Amino acid sequence: MSIWEYANPKKFIATTTPVLPWVMWAAAVTLVVGLVWGFFFTPDDYRQGSTVKIFYLHVPAAMMAINIWVMMLVTSLIWLIRRHHVSALAAKAAGPIGIVMTLIALFTGAVWGQPIWGTWWVWDPRLTSFLILFLFYLGYMALWTAIEDDDTAADLTSVLCIVGSVFAVLSRYAVNFWNQGLHQGASLSLDAEENVADVFWYPALVCIAGFILLFVALVILRTHTEIRLRRARALETRMRA
Amino acid sequence: MMPDLGKYVVEVLSAYAVSIVLLLGLVWISVRAARKARETLAAVEARKEKRDG
Repeated sequence: MSIWEYANPKKFIATTTPVLPWVMWAAAVTLVVGLVWGFFFTPDDYRQGSTVKIFYLHVPAAMMAINIWVMMLVTSLIWLIRRHHVSALAAKAAGPIGIVMTLIALFTGAVWGQPIWGTWWVWDPRLTSFLILFLFYLGYMALWTAIEDDDTAADLTSVLCIVGSVFAVLSRYAVNFWNQGLHQGASLSLDAEENVADVFWYPALVCIAGFILLFVALVILRTHTEIRLRRARALETRMRA
Repeated sequence: MMPDLGKYVVEVLSAYAVSIVLLLGLVWISVRAARKARETLAAVEARKEKRDG
């Protein structure tokens, strides 16, 4: 069986519908466990004090903001190359989730930065590229709503997604590229010597898993919505003809 | 039960409050849109079936 069979809207809905409630519940349970663990049952950091608890929201949200754009890039490329509608609709469905993740990362970063860096915002390479990524998310969603023809909208938003990927990569690696600015390098690393202490690391991993599961659940649900709305529009057009 | 957040109580609580509101809002909007889309498609399909006999 080929993976491209799932690009058929009916097959996609039939396959993902039974999985969806399980993913939703897994996301809810994992997020609640991770955030409760991080908020109530972890100690303060010796330098950051209780602001370290913001880490359980900021890091997963920032990771998702960047990786959702990468997912949109992959599905946009599939649309441009193979013209599978489900892939274009999945990219569209992921956009608002990415915007929310970017907003959470920007807000939690600002409220953490004020007491620790002494400023809400600084035009540091990572923060600036992240803000531009947020603007790309807004532009991406605006472009989808501005163009009436679905296929043209999918084409143009796919091109925008490819261009915006530069900033998704920059916001992840800006610290390494320029080696300057206030933002530190990766907080979570597989290298045990660079990593945060286990007492912060384990609840952070659970929160990251929760954010990933929430994204999977929402992107499936929202793709179903887009498929159904497009089908309804197509039927309406056919009946009018 | 509530941990002592010291002098950063406003920063930590506002970070959690805003993030949770945004996440719950996103879930609520997505679920509501999904329900509306199902109803819209069902209505259009019913109209089509009625028209086609």
